[in-house]
Amino acid sequence: MFEDLRELYQEVIFDHNRNPRNFRVMENYDRMVEGFNPLCGDRLTLFLKMDGDLITDASFQGSGCAISTASVSLMTEIVKDKTEAQADALFKTFHEMTTGKEEHINLEAVGKLAVLAGVREYPARVKCATLAWHTLDAALKNEQQSISTE
Amino acid sequence: MTYPIEQIRADFPILSEKIRNKPLVYLDNAASCQKPQAVIDSIVKLYSHDYANVHRGVHTLSVRSTDLFEAAREKVKTFINAQSEKEIIFVRGATDAINLVAQTYGKANIHAGDEIIITAMEHHSNIVPWQMLCEEKGAILKIAPMNFDGELLMQEFEALLNPKTKLVSVVQMSNALGTINPVEKIIELAHAKNIPVLLDGAQAIPHTIVDVQALDCDFYVFSGHKLYAPTGVGVLYGKKALLEAMPPYQGGGDMIRTVTFEKSTYAGLPHKFEAGTPSIAEVIGLGSAIDYLNTIGMDKIAAHEAQLLTYATQEALKIDGLKIIGEAKEKGAILSFTLGKIHPHDIGTMLDSLGIAIRAGHHCAMPVMDFYKVPATARASFAMYNTKAEIDVLISGIKSLIEMFG
Ligand SMILES: Cc1ncc(COP(=O)(O)O)c(C=O)c1O
Repeated sequence: MFEDLRELYQEVIFDHNRNPRNFRVMENYDRMVEGFNPLCGDRLTLFLKMDGDLITDASFQGSGCAISTASVSLMTEIVKDKTEAQADALFKTFHEMTTGKEEHINLEAVGKLAVLAGVREYPARVKCATLAWHTLDAALKNEQQSISTE
Repeated sequence: MTYPIEQIRADFPILSEKIRNKPLVYLDNAASCQKPQAVIDSIVKLYSHDYANVHRGVHTLSVRSTDLFEAAREKVKTFINAQSEKEIIFVRGATDAINLVAQTYGKANIHAGDEIIITAMEHHSNIVPWQMLCEEKGAILKIAPMNFDGELLMQEFEALLNPKTKLVSVVQMSNALGTINPVEKIIELAHAKNIPVLLDGAQAIPHTIVDVQALDCDFYVFSGHKLYAPTGVGVLYGKKALLEAMPPYQGGGDMIRTVTFEKSTYAGLPHKFEAGTPSIAEVIGLGSAIDYLNTIGMDKIAAHEAQLLTYATQEALKIDGLKIIGEAKEKGAILSFTLGKIHPHDIGTMLDSLGIAIRAGHHCAMPVMDFYKVPATARASFAMYNTKAEIDVLISGIKSLIEMFG
């Protein structure tokens, strides 16, 4: 019945939505930022543990739709043991993948995150996928306690 | 006479649109309604044959435009049974109308320590303008609470009324819950203490017969776009004596009698509150929408929608895990619901892929979401052109998406 949606709602997304990874409060975090999408009310809190410019641990709390939950869950997995610069580069590629006009995106560069490429076709849902990354960006810049997509 | 549903559907060209290769099932009417051909035609005709600025010229087109514009005011007056067309102020929408009252009536009459009462189920547009006023004046915003069915607690409301209360501003029908409030009783209680009442009729007016004289409300506001008319036009009704005593809102053309650099004198009602060139085509479109509704009859529309709501509610309740948000005994054609762990945004995208348009979100009523401890709900809202068959499509769509989510 939902053939058209299979690109968007891949099994991996359902899996991460049902069993989000790194879904926990971090006790000794170095960075904590709240991300908020006022359009839909989605809220997440991202925690980072840093060692210099290396992200040694990432976790989150909050509630959102399947796309935003899967996106933040995947993100916490992939940024672990990455440097700030590497995480930033991932953010840029991810952003391009979800919003870009480019026909050819290097899906290999984003690894597992490629399952979220489908949101490109659903402009109303792009922010669901990018909320996590904007929150990470704010955490890495270490300037704000909360960000909003609007 | 049976309800002419086939004819009505044929009157709305967009209803034959295909969305993602499926017939459109438009159930986002509480956000905005679709427009009948008669309304579309009235705008095309205006711009093709009769258009010029209003109230400003002696030339033929200006006279034609002005006549059409003022005829629309007369139609609104009759539609809501106001006493005089002077009581019908054209504004941009319900939001604009509430802000107008807050900035004029409110500024003139509400002072430090005074109280304004709203309810727990207001749209942001009937919260924020009062908060801004209260902040500026040092006044206090009081919230009349509701129960978990989404019904106003009338005893608690009554207990809030006191000599410091300067205004009661309540929604007639909630956009997030569908609740229809006992506005007659609210007005009676407030008037017993000489407190004026503003009714936010944005949701109620497409579903009910509104008679402002019978209601005896002091202000009534609504938006055209939820009443099958264009965007950019709405109405503030106010009792003449109140409007006359109020200072003007915006300054500019059309709202003045004379202007010198020392002092200006203001126009009489309704123009005193209509500064600048108005939404001419949109106002005329609103007049056409009212003509169209009158050919069907608001009583028949209300009866049709009540049937749809009863049917939708009954079918929705059969779905395991579906929770209806808002179960007031008195309810309009709105079905707000949640599906356990499935987020309303996912519900919205999935139903869209089946051609079904619903709203997913907080419906500009964040305090209502907080009250029910949900981030958002999915909302199907029905209009004069919806059918039982469309509700069947919705219900089967919901069942399939639950299956897909597993
Ligand atoms: C109950 C209620 N009041 C006020 C409004 C504001 O209407 P508008 O946005 O047209 O000004 C709405 C619209 O969503 C509403 O549902």
